[in-house]
Amino acid sequence: MVESPRPEPGDALVELKGLSKHFGEGQTRVDALREVTLTIRAREVVGLLGPSGSGKSTLLNAIGCIVEPSEGWMRLDGEVVYDNRWLRGNLRRLRLDKIGFIFQTHNLLPFLNCTDNVALVLTLAGWKKEAALHRASELLAYLQVDHRKDAMPGQLSGGEAQRVSIARALANRPRIILADEPTAALDSARAGIVMDLLHRLALEQDAAIIAVTHDDKILGRLDRVYRMADGRLVDP
Amino acid sequence: MNLAYRDIRHKLGRFVLTCLGLSLLLGVVVTMAGIFRGQTADALALLEATKADIWIVESGTQGPFAEASRVPGDTRELVARIYGIEAAGSLTLQNVQFEHNGRRLRLQIVGFEPGRPGGPEDLAAGRQITADRFEIIADRQTGFSLGETVSFGRDRFTVVGLTSGVVTLSGDSVIYMTLRDAQQLQFDLAPSAVRKEAARGGQRSGTDFVNAVVARVSKNVPAVMVADEIARWKHLSALTQDDQHFLLTRTVIERASRQIGLFMSVLTLVSAVIIALIVYTLTLDKTRDIATLKMIGAPDRTIIGLIVQQALLMGVIGFIVGTILVYVFRGVFPRRVEMLPTDIVGLFAIVVVVCLAASALGVRVAVKVDPSRALAG
Repeated sequence: MVESPRPEPGDALVELKGLSKHFGEGQTRVDALREVTLTIRAREVVGLLGPSGSGKSTLLNAIGCIVEPSEGWMRLDGEVVYDNRWLRGNLRRLRLDKIGFIFQTHNLLPFLNCTDNVALVLTLAGWKKEAALHRASELLAYLQVDHRKDAMPGQLSGGEAQRVSIARALANRPRIILADEPTAALDSARAGIVMDLLHRLALEQDAAIIAVTHDDKILGRLDRVYRMADGRLVDP
Repeated sequence: MNLAYRDIRHKLGRFVLTCLGLSLLLGVVVTMAGIFRGQTADALALLEATKADIWIVESGTQGPFAEASRVPGDTRELVARIYGIEAAGSLTLQNVQFEHNGRRLRLQIVGFEPGRPGGPEDLAAGRQITADRFEIIADRQTGFSLGETVSFGRDRFTVVGLTSGVVTLSGDSVIYMTLRDAQQLQFDLAPSAVRKEAARGGQRSGTDFVNAVVARVSKNVPAVMVADEIARWKHLSALTQDDQHFLLTRTVIERASRQIGLFMSVLTLVSAVIIALIVYTLTLDKTRDIATLKMIGAPDRTIIGLIVQQALLMGVIGFIVGTILVYVFRGVFPRRVEMLPTDIVGLFAIVVVVCLAASALGVRVAVKVDPSRALAG
């Protein structure tokens, strides 16, 4: 099988300069991130690797505007959102507009069916119900899981649930997608399918995808890999 | 997209069971309110059935409901001559215990003078007493039926009329008979006792006493003025219908009412704590979902709405079902359960406020959920 050439990366979507995060003070101080500087561009699928406690989850949370960094500078999709302090008041709206999340355990809301799980993001963003449902159906079809559109999350297989989770992450057309161990719950074959899908999304949606992973079998499918140790990037 | 409704539909069985439990609890609160009103209605039932303007009783007493009262039998003639009195009638009241069809009944026998104030004016069935002797009018609660004969003392009485809801403040049924029958029942000695009294040379004391005289006042004369006029006689006291109303509701049943009120307040508080715990537990169950909602950008109002709407819905459904249950089964209670629309509306408002307050604990937990918990594996 001949691999297709990797696409040229586009605009910088995630830019971090000297981003640090510490918890506690004095003797109890823990430096979770130490002056992390990196740039991730559109159409890239980037992996964050490292042992437990190396800071990769904290970095993902910081980029996802869930954890406030202690210092540094961060620009997301062209907007400076952090410069030693948050520059945006409503961070949830920022997440809704710019960032999509894919979770290790898919985290679909168990009381909504697949279509509504995807449409929820859109209704939160202010879409009309009909338009949201239409877009959700399109996305489920795009991810080839539309035959399960009325199923509840508890009725889905792991792969189906992950695809619905990806559809939800894409619903509001975010250009930054953060994935937390997206293939951890999948076997090799399904993990490969998901990674191919993420590549296709990065290309077609002009998005940057950052995936925290421990999964060696997907390393070859990442455009770049950042390794972390003690809160630092050790292998950009 | 209503998340509260979707979550309820997803776990419908659990929600229904929770609502059912709450409905029983809130039903008890509604019942307590109904018993409170029922007790007041019972206390006033005989007073209102009598339809008198003034109650003339023994001097220095507040009889016949609050205290024992005894006045000479001819008091009625004296009272009837006072300016403003339209009609007057004598009354005796006596408690008896009675077995009927194997059921033990406590009854209050009211002796009155047919054609004069004091008797039951509104009958549910049958007719008024027309014979001089041995006819009674009973409340339906006794289980007596028209035409049935029952024994009191040494005599047999025929039930000629039935009232509905005429009971004493203890909830005992009221039976009406002629004054003469009532006096005989109350004061006549057993034959053996009469013989014993005669043998020891004792004289039979008079039996022409009544417990109260009730009077109806002309429309043009204030009842208070007539009562003041009667009270000038040193051997009599006079109470207006309003005085009796006040005495019964504020004095005679006050302690029982306060107890019921306190019990109702405690139950309401218990309901609030239970609703708070239910909402708190439901919120803890949804911690990960709430974290996910925060992560994908849902504002606090969406999450708070989810919790508050569920708490309100539980409370409202529980209250409605509880009220319906009490309404359907209120006849099973030994005491009257009176459900007034104003009380139901008031309790509903309290339940809504309680639910809102109880959901505060769940809301507090939800607002504090860290969105990064959605990432935990």
